[in-house]
Amino acid sequence: MIQLFLRDIGLSVRSGGGFGLALIFFLIVVTLIPFALGPDQAALAVIAPGVLWLGALLACLLSLDRIFGLDFEDGTLDLLATSPLPLESVYMAKASAHWLTTGLPLSLAAPVLGVLLNLDYETGKILCLSLLLGTPALSLIGAFGASLTLGVKRGGLLLSLLVLPLYVPSLIFGAQAVRLAEQALDYDVALVLLSAISLGAAAILPFASGAALRINLR
Amino acid sequence: MNSTPIAPTLSDRFWRLANPKIFMGWSSKLLPWIAAAALASLCSGLIWGYFFTPDDMRQGSTVKIIYLHVPAALMAINGYLLMFVGALVWLIRRQHVSVLAAKAAAPVGMVMTLIALATGAIWGQPMWGTYWVWDPRLTSFLILFLFYVGYIALWAAIEDEDTAADLTSVLAIVGAVFAMLSRYAVLFWNQGLHQGTTVTMADGAKQDNISDVFFQPLLLSMAGFGLLFLTLLLIGTRTEVRARRLKVLQARERIE
Amino acid sequence: MMPDLGKYALEVNSSYILSLMALGVIAGLYVKRSRAVRRALAELEASQDA
Repeated sequence: MIQLFLRDIGLSVRSGGGFGLALIFFLIVVTLIPFALGPDQAALAVIAPGVLWLGALLACLLSLDRIFGLDFEDGTLDLLATSPLPLESVYMAKASAHWLTTGLPLSLAAPVLGVLLNLDYETGKILCLSLLLGTPALSLIGAFGASLTLGVKRGGLLLSLLVLPLYVPSLIFGAQAVRLAEQALDYDVALVLLSAISLGAAAILPFASGAALRINLR
Repeated sequence: MNSTPIAPTLSDRFWRLANPKIFMGWSSKLLPWIAAAALASLCSGLIWGYFFTPDDMRQGSTVKIIYLHVPAALMAINGYLLMFVGALVWLIRRQHVSVLAAKAAAPVGMVMTLIALATGAIWGQPMWGTYWVWDPRLTSFLILFLFYVGYIALWAAIEDEDTAADLTSVLAIVGAVFAMLSRYAVLFWNQGLHQGTTVTMADGAKQDNISDVFFQPLLLSMAGFGLLFLTLLLIGTRTEVRARRLKVLQARERIE
Repeated sequence: MMPDLGKYALEVNSSYILSLMALGVIAGLYVKRSRAVRRALAELEASQDA
């Protein structure tokens, strides 16, 4: 399982692997917002938590179909299915690799980009924390969606459609935590609930995805 | 040698009803009655509510929207519950009629959700001053609408029927769990977990001892929407059962 | 006959009209599809029995 994990990371970092894509997309979205909404510093600071969270979420979506897609196309996934490694573990390995190469960098980059939106240092720390706690859920849910749409040709749009409603709770709690921190209110509950979603996803989705992978590999 | 029981158990008899041929039999007998009852209760409920109820002190004549909004919202949730049960039955028992019923329920549920959203927004405009408010209930319904669309889209995207049934059922079950999570998330987001929940208009209408004047036509309307849902569910499931048989016959033709 | 809806007439009437239209459309679509499939099945079964 570790080998699969490392292999996936290696694949995504290599050229054509899409590693930097998510970060660049995130940067572009965040820089476009002030152009679209005007440079009023106070207004930007207000919407910053939501925009940054939303940007990270959308950036995660970009690389979702790669999680299983490439291996499915060249038959590697079939081989993995016949190996002693259960498909649930395959899912966990791949979702973890996705998080490490997408969610984690996004979480670390977010406070830096937050400066563009007039986000102060203290809030930036909570932003980073909330993303670190929430992006695992995004990777887990995204990988689940990818396992469902595996056989669908050009299923990228369908994948986004299926995954976005499932992202909503994480988005709500994550952005809310940062907003509360910005106003110097208590944000603990939001972070706890955010973590609960990530943990819950890790508990339930491997089995759902395993089932979906098995169905698609029949 | 042969261990079949002499008399069928209640469970056997129940599951026999879901056998496609037998289902087509009893549903065709039931359908005209349900449709008629639906038409009767829906018309009488809405006509009573629209024409023969007084205005509300606070809300004026907009209270009449309740006869559309509340039943539609109930059916929107019901639809998803049905899909959840159908999905579960399919994954456990591979009972075709159940999953086809789930498939048939989805578009109706989706339309009910849309009606609930639209009437909610229209009702909200004069009451709150804007068409959209991030009220926990309305936001939950928006998410529910997206779930419906995703479920229907997934069915449409997969060619093999049984595979489509399997994958959409997995989606429905995961979606149901997340729908419940969303409900609490949105409540928290709008209100904070330990504060009182906003009494939305629908709640308010039912909670502060809504007088019979309003409640009776509401009951009729709810029955109407429910029976209409049932009617469309039966029609839709019968269509899907026939469509499946059609596909089987067409495949057989191609082989010969 | 028409109730006096006062200043909310637009809201109430548009709610009713939109909802009834939506119900009508979905019911119509369901019935239409039901008939089309039933016809196609009957034709195919007839041609296969022949």
